[in-house]
Amino acid sequence: MQKRAYFKANWLAYLFIAPQLLIIFVFFYWPASQAMYWAFTLEQPFGGGNQWVGLDNFKAVFSDETYWASIWRSIIFAVLSTGLAMSIALVLALFADRQLRGYRFFRVGMIWPYAIAAPAAALAFRFLFNPQSGVFAYLNTLSPGLWNPALSGVDAMTAIIITQAWKQVSYSFIFFLAGLQSIPRSLIEAGSMDGARVMRRMLDLQLPLLAPTIFFLLVINMTDSFTDSFGIVDILTEGGPARATELMVYKIYVDGFQGLDYSGAAAQSLVLMGLVILMTFFQFRFIERRVHYT
Amino acid sequence: MQKTLIAGAFALLALSTSAQAEKVKFEYWYGLTGQLGEQVQATCDRFNASQDTYEISCVSQGDYATALQNTIAAFRAKKHPTIVQGVEVSAPDLMLSGQVYPAYKLMEDHGIDIDWDSYFPGIANYYADSEGRLWSMPFNSSTAMMYWNVDAYKSIGRDEAPKTWEQYEQVLRELKEAGSACPAGYAPSSWVDLEQFSMVHGEPIATKNNGYDGLDAEVVFNTTLHAKHMKDIKRWIDEGLLVIKTRETGLSTRDAFAAGECAHYFGSIASHQAVTEQVGEGFLWDVAMLPVYEGTERKNSVVGGASLWTLSGKTEEQYRGAAEYFKFLAKPESAEFWSTVTGYIPVTDEGFDYLVKKGFYDERPYKGREKAIESLTYTPVTPLTRGIRLGSFVQIRAEWTSQMQAVLSSQKTPQEALDDAVERSNAMLRKFERTYAGKTLP
Repeated sequence: MQKRAYFKANWLAYLFIAPQLLIIFVFFYWPASQAMYWAFTLEQPFGGGNQWVGLDNFKAVFSDETYWASIWRSIIFAVLSTGLAMSIALVLALFADRQLRGYRFFRVGMIWPYAIAAPAAALAFRFLFNPQSGVFAYLNTLSPGLWNPALSGVDAMTAIIITQAWKQVSYSFIFFLAGLQSIPRSLIEAGSMDGARVMRRMLDLQLPLLAPTIFFLLVINMTDSFTDSFGIVDILTEGGPARATELMVYKIYVDGFQGLDYSGAAAQSLVLMGLVILMTFFQFRFIERRVHYT
Repeated sequence: MQKTLIAGAFALLALSTSAQAEKVKFEYWYGLTGQLGEQVQATCDRFNASQDTYEISCVSQGDYATALQNTIAAFRAKKHPTIVQGVEVSAPDLMLSGQVYPAYKLMEDHGIDIDWDSYFPGIANYYADSEGRLWSMPFNSSTAMMYWNVDAYKSIGRDEAPKTWEQYEQVLRELKEAGSACPAGYAPSSWVDLEQFSMVHGEPIATKNNGYDGLDAEVVFNTTLHAKHMKDIKRWIDEGLLVIKTRETGLSTRDAFAAGECAHYFGSIASHQAVTEQVGEGFLWDVAMLPVYEGTERKNSVVGGASLWTLSGKTEEQYRGAAEYFKFLAKPESAEFWSTVTGYIPVTDEGFDYLVKKGFYDERPYKGREKAIESLTYTPVTPLTRGIRLGSFVQIRAEWTSQMQAVLSSQKTPQEALDDAVERSNAMLRKFERTYAGKTLP
């Protein structure tokens, strides 16, 4: 019983979408197809020639234990940073929505970090994380050497997770707040009159109604952690120490650009793309079922 | 008299206006920033001011790696520069690219005579083909030195830098006993710990004469004296004789030395100028050649830094300009300018002699820089000390560093780390060999 609207296509419609298609073609399909081709060849950096090697690049990538390590690391990074960002954003949004004292400040103050570029944020956090002069140096006064991201892989991982989460909090906050504010006041008031306290109202009313937003943010934030964390890693840790923060996206850069191994990097890009598609598919397949759109 | 002056002025005017209209422009991309980048720009300005037919336009691309990446990207779009500055270890990549106009040929084709024999062998060989002809123009060259705090040595009754690693260990112990919190700062550096160390000991880094004799070379540094050296370094760290200093933990090894915190620093002679400026009147310091292990015969150290490569696909006039620029750089006056404003060394006998005669090295702050030349020319170059010609070496450096970080955090022993580094580096070399299948090094 679905209704669908069809428009008769004419040249004007094609003309209108042409720029968009052109941009997508030039900036996505073209480079992506190039990467797909390179993934099956050995490409000389200066373009002197290449040879077809079939699946050899993929075999090399998957028989490399450091590659598997970077996959697990990326998953841990994505889950923890997304979880941290979304829970903080949700709490803040609930506060802002309840119109507590200073909620205007929350709203404005929470939105602007989103406008900060990842490398700039990473640079700021680099100072905070400095084990001698940063805010985290306090940990070293409790016990010497407790905080040292240059030597400890766990510390370095913590540093990039916090930075990534911080980057994502504001984005999630905006959506959470919009979602919460779109819930009709009358529903909340009805709940109150029925004697539901704050927690009950949150769990039984607000969160279920917020489910589509939560789901949307989950997909966006997870994808973002996999593909858009390059700047943070590059500035904070450069993948170190001893590869402890070498995420999949960073390894592509290291092998492809620093190592001039275009083919290996292209193969890794395809794997990353596949993984993100697979992840999104599973999220839609299994989590979206629990989401009810009103 | 007045007439000729006026005529001359008119001639000059005419020349400069016509030249302005027809100046041949060409681009040069370099991989230095900050103070060093400014000085590269200054050499370009000096060249442009020196003549009026050609105009070089110099563009910083960030660091060496980025300069090469950008050049490759530009190459694929046919918008590459005429000249690019390439770090020493990227020589095989550039030589095999098939897109390089070799420097010796460029000069030959333009009838410019450069005394190639004047270039220090430790520098020239890195950029030479199998017949000894230079493929790129040596430019900013350095080598690794030991920086030591003369005042700190006085406190333990010493006035000489150690010549052997055994003496060095002894000095570290004495400094520690005398209460020094940081006898030496340490951060893993493939260039110092692996490459320069292996050269001065005459130890191989890879088979096939460090790769010069074929793309099928394999790295072997887990079986050489280098393995013992890394074990010693780890032991010294564990004993508190070396203190790990990285930018992430606060001060870099160089800054920690310049601040008087650590008594030794191992690094490029190119830092001589920077350390001079940082220390000021703070304390007395000096540089010395890298120590060698007792019972080994010291060999020449090897060049670090970069050279200038001419790329294919440019016009005859632009090549003429590039040749003129190289000729300009080869002049002793250019060497003097460059060596004064940076810590880099002159790259020719001629340039060095010129500076020696001018008394350049006699007094502080330049005193000590001549030791870098001494180190580079300590012995005639042997097949094992002429340089490293291995593909993917930038990646191999990164691999080595990453493995050493695992040693510093005690996840691996030095030997395990080196074994792993060698295994992974050899896989990279095989891939490189396969990528350039059918090609051989010039």
